[in-house]
Amino acid sequence: MSSHFLLVEALKKVYPSGAGGKDNPPVFEDIHFHIDKGEFVCIVGHSGCGKTTILNVLAGLEQATAGDAFMDGREVKGPSLDRGVVFQSHALMPWMSVLGNVAFAVKSKWPDWSRDKITAHCTRYLEMVGLGQSIHKKPSELSGGMKQRVGIARAFAIQPKMLLLDEPFGALDALTRGTIQDELLKIVQATHQTVFMITHDVDEAILLADKILLMSNGPHAKIAEIVEITMPRQRTRAAIHHDPQYYLIRNHLVDFLVNRSKSYAGADAEMFHDAKNPPVVRPGLERERAPVLTLTTETPAPPLKRAINH
Amino acid sequence: MRSEFLKAALISLLLFLIFIGAWHMATLPKESATLAGANAEYAALMGKGAEKSGGFPPPAEVGRAFVTYLSDPFYDRGPNDKGIAIQLAHSLGRVGMGFFLAVLVALPLGFAIGMSPLLTRALDPFIQVLKPVSPLAWMPLALYTLKDSSVSGVFVIFICSIWPMLINTAFGVASVRRDWLNVARTLEVRPLRKAFLVILPAAAPTILTGMRISMGIAWLVIVAAEMLVGGTGIGYFVWNEWNNLALPNVIFAITMIGVVGMLLDMVFGRLQKLVTYRE
Repeated sequence: MSSHFLLVEALKKVYPSGAGGKDNPPVFEDIHFHIDKGEFVCIVGHSGCGKTTILNVLAGLEQATAGDAFMDGREVKGPSLDRGVVFQSHALMPWMSVLGNVAFAVKSKWPDWSRDKITAHCTRYLEMVGLGQSIHKKPSELSGGMKQRVGIARAFAIQPKMLLLDEPFGALDALTRGTIQDELLKIVQATHQTVFMITHDVDEAILLADKILLMSNGPHAKIAEIVEITMPRQRTRAAIHHDPQYYLIRNHLVDFLVNRSKSYAGADAEMFHDAKNPPVVRPGLERERAPVLTLTTETPAPPLKRAINH
Repeated sequence: MRSEFLKAALISLLLFLIFIGAWHMATLPKESATLAGANAEYAALMGKGAEKSGGFPPPAEVGRAFVTYLSDPFYDRGPNDKGIAIQLAHSLGRVGMGFFLAVLVALPLGFAIGMSPLLTRALDPFIQVLKPVSPLAWMPLALYTLKDSSVSGVFVIFICSIWPMLINTAFGVASVRRDWLNVARTLEVRPLRKAFLVILPAAAPTILTGMRISMGIAWLVIVAAEMLVGGTGIGYFVWNEWNNLALPNVIFAITMIGVVGMLLDMVFGRLQKLVTYRE
């Protein structure tokens, strides 16, 4: 158990229903996965499958209904400076300058550092994300992409054991997203940071991740598959789509999201799927491999179930 | 933009002149010699000079009052005859004191209410009932318990300034963006540091709006309160001059109250601008 850096066991979340109604179905249940040190893990799934909730549980911002998460052998209980979070909405404090925002985080981690030391430390991380010129600006003077960079610098600056990214590029335009992805990739490769990231962007996941957790649709969402990205770690956005593995992986992911992600709920799913040990697949290495769930896609689901799922 | 400003100033000036002109025309002494002759004896009997008109004062007379009071604002000739600056200073002192005490109570209490939904619900009925009470209605209780008219004035200011501040502080604190609180949580920021570096700046614009409203109300109430308790202050001055039937002085005092109120509001407007952040 303690061999993995991060271990999640049987995580389940039920949101309380409104006044007096009977309980809502769990958003997700039976979530088991692990992350090793230095690994970059992306989680992909449709809206409503509880990705953000899982991330919030790992961040300590939310309580799971059942199940446990362990990091570095210790149970995750409440927020901690060991885990840096980059929020989707950048969450910068608008009354502080860029430097002030990062310094606020650094001062929280090392309260007895001198002012100069903090400034130097923050500047280093802000330069790393290409913001050396704008450290004294207010967040409102920055573009969306620059704000998100500050958020990333803030998370990296406290040198957490693990980084949690909640769809950090979701609100950015495609070009900006590309450049920040490149930067994130460079920083992560240089620092060997352990990262857990939510994304909706399949290409982003392939570019950045070592493995991708595919989640089935909620409610009763589970981890359906773990896709290992078998391409070499030195990837660049410019060259990655020339890798022969790239489209194999991409097709596998898109197939999952479009066709298979809804077929994991209900009793019949349990016959072929073991949530405790979701199948690990390496689509990049297997040429023309038949999809894992051909069986179910070919035998049509009962009409009623279909109606529910659509 | 510049010319717009000039145009507006010009129109303001024009309106003011028209107003003064109309006022002047309306208060011109009536030229009815026979009536004046018949009344001269009566007027003398009443102890008034014949040249004094008993009607509404014309602008020139009010202007003279402005000049006399503003040329020597700091004189002090006994309890019923003080310079306007001294009277205003007394009023401002009471407002400042009451307001300051209200800040001391309203900010921490508002913080507590804003942070705790339980406290919000528990205190809500009291706030809802006490808020609409006219501050002057507290005066008898204040006079009875505090046994000092000046202190009672301060208390009345305190009680009227506290509600907008309390409600706005609680609202501002309760509606601090979740994201910022989550950032503070993930950074394990200690409660006091969080309160001063995250919640206070985030809620500051709302809190200052409350303060600005409170100050406006306090300045409204002080005049009435001083009319009641007497002694010193601009409100007492107004009442005193009314008893002297010196309407020019009353008009002068009204203008002063307006000007000071405007200046107070401007100060708070400035402060508000200072703490407002752009997202």
